Amino acid sequence: MGRIQLKQVEKSFGDVTVIPPLDLEINDGEFVVFVGPSGCGKSTLLRLIAGLEDVSGGVIEIDGSDATSIPPAKRGLAMVFQSYALYPHMTVRKNIAFPLRMAKVSAEEQEKRISNAAEVLNLTPYLDRRPGQLSGGQRQRVAIGRAIVREPAAFLFDEPLSNLDAALRVGMRLEISELHKRLKTTMIYVTHDQVEAMTMADKIVVLQAGIIEQVGSPLELYHTPRNLFVAGFIGSPKMNFIEGAEAEKYDAHTIGVRPEHIDVSETEGPWRGTVGVSEHLGSDTFFHINGTGLADALTVRASGEVGLNRGDTIFLTPQADKIHRFDRQGLRIG
Amino acid sequence: MATQHSRSAARFMMAPAVVLLLGWMLIPLSMTLFFSFKKYLPLRGDSLGNGLDWVGFDNYVRFVSSSSFWPSVITTLLIVGGVLIITVVLGILLAILLDQPMWGQGVVRILVIAPFFVMPTVSALVWKNLFMDPGNGFLAHVYRFFGATPVEWLSQASLQSIIMIVSWQWLPFATLILLTAIQSLDSEQLEAAEMDGAPILSRFYHIVLPHLARAITIVILIQTIFLLSIFAEIFVTTGGAFGTRTLTYLIYQRVLESQNVGLGSAGGVYAIILANIVAIFLMRIVGKNLDA
Ligand SMILES: Nc1ncnc2c1ncn2[C@@H]1O[C@H](COP(=O)(O)OP(=O)(O)O)[C@@H](O)[C@H]1O
Ligand SMILES: [Mg+2]
Repeated sequence: MGRIQLKQVEKSFGDVTVIPPLDLEINDGEFVVFVGPSGCGKSTLLRLIAGLEDVSGGVIEIDGSDATSIPPAKRGLAMVFQSYALYPHMTVRKNIAFPLRMAKVSAEEQEKRISNAAEVLNLTPYLDRRPGQLSGGQRQRVAIGRAIVREPAAFLFDEPLSNLDAALRVGMRLEISELHKRLKTTMIYVTHDQVEAMTMADKIVVLQAGIIEQVGSPLELYHTPRNLFVAGFIGSPKMNFIEGAEAEKYDAHTIGVRPEHIDVSETEGPWRGTVGVSEHLGSDTFFHINGTGLADALTVRASGEVGLNRGDTIFLTPQADKIHRFDRQGLRIG
Repeated sequence: MATQHSRSAARFMMAPAVVLLLGWMLIPLSMTLFFSFKKYLPLRGDSLGNGLDWVGFDNYVRFVSSSSFWPSVITTLLIVGGVLIITVVLGILLAILLDQPMWGQGVVRILVIAPFFVMPTVSALVWKNLFMDPGNGFLAHVYRFFGATPVEWLSQASLQSIIMIVSWQWLPFATLILLTAIQSLDSEQLEAAEMDGAPILSRFYHIVLPHLARAITIVILIQTIFLLSIFAEIFVTTGGAFGTRTLTYLIYQRVLESQNVGLGSAGGVYAIILANIVAIFLMRIVGKNLDA
């Protein structure tokens, strides 16, 4: 079981409030991703749940019982750190065995769980090496292995992939997702990368300056962002925001259209501009459009290769049902 | 230093330093070796000018067969071992203490380092006269305050007293090295261990201590080199009496008190051998921590 509830949890360091009172519910077996820009308090929130920091107020409940003052080891949670935090003088086997040794698990049981974890994580050939002799991805897997063998109620990941190169990151993303499908254990995953959040999460928690901006499934956040911050943060490339007269036509202070929801034409459309920088990805092309008089620059996506060059005139048509409207406070309308 | 040219230029420029260093080490060493095979008693009229008699291994045999030889070796090892144990153990504890966030950390750290700046002669005299003096020393007053008879430290517990004085001098060095090592420990490792269910003593034993292994090795090696040759602390306190005559002190007595340069030089060669035995021994035990 791994149901975690935060009730009015807050945290300040001295005079600085990092997390104002906050409520959050994480259900058993859920893959929850905390996402937000750097310094918004994601790690702090995770460390509060882990028990590595004391809360300044509020209650943390794990499986319905108050865990606020229970020490980290007794909460039944396992954490994977950004720096992996492997023990450098121990072999991979000893690293993975460490939590079991501390829990005084019998030798056979230890052996069984270690070989199990090593098999799941493809670590069997490396069990007798030291962390220093492993690649980044392998170290990451050892850190996960050390968490798995404890059979925790929930896993906590703090930006586990940020030290890996792009290709490896995509691979590990899949492995962690598969691990979740297999173990069905609650996972809380912290990242500043919205792509990781969108691809892995059952539920995303968008944070800004310690405040929860929105909680929801990836597609909920994509289709109905609650405010301008979430709208701009989720989705890549960023949503285009247009203010002023054009927005008023839609009875809004600001309207937002995602690059993929704007149709491109060389001959007709309500918005007109010139092509600036184009980014060719092969499958898609992103154009930065200048001189529309609507915003500094708009980004649009066209499928495949489009024969437009820098300086060409281009006409844009936003898809009417995909326009997001926001009021003066930046909150979603409708 | 990639090209042929830059390599030879580098050698050329390093040459003076290397030659100087070699001369610095080789000349005294060869002179010691030379004298150790000669009869050289300056008070009896022997001098380099008149030529010295070759006596073969006589000096070596006499130095070892003297009844003071083995006791002095044992005293040396006891002092070195005692000081090493005290400084490493207390050094680790102090380093952990100083690593805790506290008010006035900077000042406290400087105070801890202070004893290292006091000259050995001065610190030994301070200990002898201000602390250990059986009549007026601080410790004597404390003993009397509790109604006990003051200990005559430097005669009744002479070896322990010397170990205490020398440890006091070397503790800052050990603390400093160990403190920097502790500060380089990744705090996430400790947090990971905490989450893995390791109580504080296990964290110390499984995480902190292995992390300190290399620093401890360095402390032990460097201190051993210096401790094998401590002299001033003994000279100004017991003068080698009450079982505090180390090998170094014995050599000093042979050369300067008995005015027997040949015998002293033979002792010097033994000291070199002892130092190397200890070094090899230490390298065997702890040297593997320096790899990797
Ligand atoms: N131990 C601490 N003492 C003081 N301030 C801290 C401490 N830990 C974090 N902070 C502050 O809290 C804020 C959030 O930090 P963090 O949770 O690490 O952000 P994130 O993980 O989202 O990048 C930052 O402004 C940081 O400076
Ligand atoms: Mg962080």
